[in-house]
Amino acid sequence: MAKKNTLIRVLKYVKKYRILMTASVILAAVTVALTLYVPVLVGRVIDCIVTAGQVNFGAIKPILAEIGIVTAVTVVLQWVMNNVNNYVTFNVVRDVRADAFRKLEVLPLSFIDSHRPGEIVSRIIADADQFSEGLLMGFAQLFTGVVTILGTLFFMFRLNVGITAAVVVLTPVSLFVAKFIAGRTYSMFKKQSEIRGEQTALIDEMIGNQKIVKALSYEEKATERFDEINERLEKYSLRAIFFSSLTNPTTRFVNALVYACVALFGAFSVIGGGITVGGLSCFLSYANQYTKPFNEISGVVTELQNALACAARIFELIDEPPQSEDADGQLGRADGRVELDGVSFSYTPERKLIENLSISVKPGQKVAIVGPTGCGKTTLINLLMRFYDVTGGEIRVDGKDIRSVTRRSLRKNYGMVLQETWLKTGTVRENIVMGKPNATDEEVIEAAKAAHSHGFIKRLPDGYDTVISDNDGLLSQGEKQLLCITRVMLCLPPMLILDEATSSIDTRTEMKIQDAFSRLMKGRTGFIVAHRLSTILDADLILVMKDGNIIEQGTHSSLMAENGFYTALYNSQFKS
Amino acid sequence: MGMKKLFKYMKEYRKEAFLGPLFKLLEASFEMFVPLVVAAVIDNGIPAGDKGYVLKMCGMLVLLASVGLTCTLFAQYFAAKASVGFVTKIRHALFCHIQSLSHTELDRTGISTLITRITGDVNQVQTGMNLTLRLLLRSPFVVFGAMIMAFTVDVKAALIFEAVIPVLAAVVFFIMLVSIPLYRKVQANLDRVLGITRENMTGSRVIRAFCKEDEEIAEFDRRNGELAASQRFVGRISALMNPLTYGIINVAVIALMWTGALRVNAGTLTQGEVVALYNYMSQILVELIKLANLIINITKSIACGNRIQQVLEIEPSVEGGGVTEGKPGTAAVEFKNVSLRYKGAAENSLENISFTAAHGETVGIIGGTGSGKSSLVNLIPRFYDTYSGEVLVDGVNVRDYDVEALRGKIAVVPQKAVLFRGTVRENLLWGKEDATEDELWAAVEASQSADIVKGKPGGLDSMIEQGGKNLSGGQRQRLTIARALVKNAEILIMDDSASALDFATDARLRAAIKSLKNKPCTFIVSQRASSVMHADKIIVLEDGAAVGIGTHEELLKGCSVYAEIYATQFRQEEENG
Repeated sequence: MAKKNTLIRVLKYVKKYRILMTASVILAAVTVALTLYVPVLVGRVIDCIVTAGQVNFGAIKPILAEIGIVTAVTVVLQWVMNNVNNYVTFNVVRDVRADAFRKLEVLPLSFIDSHRPGEIVSRIIADADQFSEGLLMGFAQLFTGVVTILGTLFFMFRLNVGITAAVVVLTPVSLFVAKFIAGRTYSMFKKQSEIRGEQTALIDEMIGNQKIVKALSYEEKATERFDEINERLEKYSLRAIFFSSLTNPTTRFVNALVYACVALFGAFSVIGGGITVGGLSCFLSYANQYTKPFNEISGVVTELQNALACAARIFELIDEPPQSEDADGQLGRADGRVELDGVSFSYTPERKLIENLSISVKPGQKVAIVGPTGCGKTTLINLLMRFYDVTGGEIRVDGKDIRSVTRRSLRKNYGMVLQETWLKTGTVRENIVMGKPNATDEEVIEAAKAAHSHGFIKRLPDGYDTVISDNDGLLSQGEKQLLCITRVMLCLPPMLILDEATSSIDTRTEMKIQDAFSRLMKGRTGFIVAHRLSTILDADLILVMKDGNIIEQGTHSSLMAENGFYTALYNSQFKS
Repeated sequence: MGMKKLFKYMKEYRKEAFLGPLFKLLEASFEMFVPLVVAAVIDNGIPAGDKGYVLKMCGMLVLLASVGLTCTLFAQYFAAKASVGFVTKIRHALFCHIQSLSHTELDRTGISTLITRITGDVNQVQTGMNLTLRLLLRSPFVVFGAMIMAFTVDVKAALIFEAVIPVLAAVVFFIMLVSIPLYRKVQANLDRVLGITRENMTGSRVIRAFCKEDEEIAEFDRRNGELAASQRFVGRISALMNPLTYGIINVAVIALMWTGALRVNAGTLTQGEVVALYNYMSQILVELIKLANLIINITKSIACGNRIQQVLEIEPSVEGGGVTEGKPGTAAVEFKNVSLRYKGAAENSLENISFTAAHGETVGIIGGTGSGKSSLVNLIPRFYDTYSGEVLVDGVNVRDYDVEALRGKIAVVPQKAVLFRGTVRENLLWGKEDATEDELWAAVEASQSADIVKGKPGGLDSMIEQGGKNLSGGQRQRLTIARALVKNAEILIMDDSASALDFATDARLRAAIKSLKNKPCTFIVSQRASSVMHADKIIVLEDGAAVGIGTHEELLKGCSVYAEIYATQFRQEEENG
């Protein structure tokens, strides 16, 4: 049932190319027929070449000309057919990828957070490839194979029923043998890929963290563990490879038997006057051709199943429910009033996180969020940016429920610098102008100077045109963060969200950044998640979070006066 | 070519590597006789109406097939054995080699490269080697064998073979020559599509925050379209392969038939022999297509083999001496005019650093990003070698130590808090294989991770997923500290490893370390003044130079950089008095 649905989905993608698909099917049928016709013609020529002085040149000439024409037509048609198949295959995979990517952009963050990037990437890249190549190429192969078999049978029956019957009876032997071996091989391959997976996991861990392995002097132990798996892998790989490489020789052997039978019955038949020598030659080349598609078909069937599974995986992604529909409302440039009214939120129903939180932030105020790790500080950012929707209560910006306006208009009003910096592969400039694509060079440099990134950008090989990516070694963590700050500095939205942005920038630069930020924040609402107490001392409102709840709120001095959790947190940094 | 050196791993499998192709050739030779047998049936059996002869000849065909099958079974076994054994050895050599590389080489090569070398590349070499042993000799053998057999049948007709084989070879190689670089381009385009897909997963928050979804979709469509276009382009060329070879063979068949007709008419050739020649021609077609696929596969494997060889050729730069014991009565760690310059860098990362740290002392190292804090502590276990000057541990230059003995003295808590898949206990035992339950718990308590371990249903035996994904950053950091403490080493290095801890936990941790029974010489790297201010000695780094060494009080007075760092972090405190 599931398979059937997947197939229907596949057909929907192919529908666009139905004319080409029809053409492909017709072309396949025609080329196969022509290919099968050539041995018949050759057979006729051979019949004209009996023995010395008994060669009918008059008859041979037109037949040879016919072979020439048939060949020329076949060559052209085959090339056209290959191109048609390629065209459909590559375009369908392109279409599927485009749909999957579009879905990626509207998936709820909760989906993205709960899936490893590698897994999704492999669906859009590897699975899509497997699906298109396996399914469409597989289909083409299957179709050609079936037509070849039917065509061969047709031609053979026309030549001689008896011999053909013998061939038909022998054919299943080949299929049976192939199936038998495939069954045995499968379990070996499964075992092999299990062990290989185990080994890859170990390699990932040990080599992926090689410096730590060295720091802990674990090299020898790691090698020991590796070798143990490596030896097991050798054993099972040998079996898997050996058994799988038996398929071809054994089916070839069965084919050879079929060939011998055809030769036997054919020769008897020639002696008995049933067919001519040319007919026998034709039969023999059919015997070669006829069994080949059977071998291919058994391979294609597993390929098709595999492709279908891949297709199912990618459709599953395309079918993921997108984030909730945007409301029609628009939020213009906000003045920066933010209210949380009885907000509740949890990622999973079992584990409550934020409950009934109400705060009110006036335009231009600076709100600091502090608390021990894992207390839910970043959750608040997820809610403010509407990466996640509240499960209870509402968040209002400028008095509007943020669910009543489009996400885009809401997010345009925020400038965000996250703890985990992220840079796009591209030039430094492209990264800076993300929020303001039409910024002039002067604006970019001005923003970079204000964020203290101009200095190191200038020193990069190509300055602002240096191509960077998220994980090359070109920029230090601190420099990356400065770039992310520059990004915000350039577009100056009315509200700011800074998630521990300064934690890996050195103290002296940080001081300058703090300066720039306080200038930037003048007249803007700012939310700051920070470890550094110096950043939050002058905040208008400090939210102290613990286990997802706001347990204290106030200014630095009022909180110190309370002598509660905040005071303990604050004093702890001076204790030895 | 670099790959050649890999063949030494084939040494043990020389016998198999020889026997595999040999049996394959035997099989092919038997196959070569088939058209001759059929010709005999047509020329001798049929005209004479001799059914016994036909039966005998067909029995011969079955015999040829059986012997062929037996030969192939041997060939496949030997090929599988040699190729699997070969790469098992390579994989082992690679893994060992990577273990022997120092940080310098790891930095230069890149971890992810090393991982693809030992997984993907090695597997491709296995496939390539297996196919090479089985087929590389077979296909040319069959092609030329067919030609030679044709010569034995009739020289004049065989000339057609001689003409057609080079033409076929030229066509096949030309198509491959053109399409292989194009396939590389397709791969590059695919990588670009993959890149943007990955970026949109990892950067989803930023992309949405800046409302860049539409631009990303447009960019994806552009790259995706380019990919499809390049695939169609190379497809158009490789789609020529089958029709062209088919066409050429058929033209040859026409020529063969015409020549055959003339020769038969003249009485120099028989009807059966014409059929045999026709059959040889068909054999060539089949083999050529196999050969083309094989060459594509082998090209890929050679590229992979070369890449593996490159890794194996990297010389490990750190080589140990023979000393295993330090000198008694000396400082735990001493730096004498140490400078460090990373390979390929233009400037020193550390400049002329000198200090001593006695046993039991705590040394704080503070400074901005890129000031050289981690570089400094990385010299103690000799992760890198100094550019000039020397580092002494227990009075002995680290270069003179046996590497294992040196690192045995030192417990490192790396900046990146990484735990490995397995139980908490297994992870802690990395520090010391034979640690007792009490030792483990002592380390857990001291590292402030008791609540984490006790909070898990399995306690010490609860599972940690790969990379410690089921723990928070702070929890991971504390457990990596516990892992180092289990080692009970003389020197403890904490490389900014408490950054995710809140101030209270950080303070408790420092107190616990201070009261450790074995009194290690402890290095604490941090950006927080609060983490280092209570150390016996603080080294203040700026741009790789030590701008101040002393206690908190001394530095506050005498070191402007330290005073500034302190002031920015404790501004209000001073104002509050």
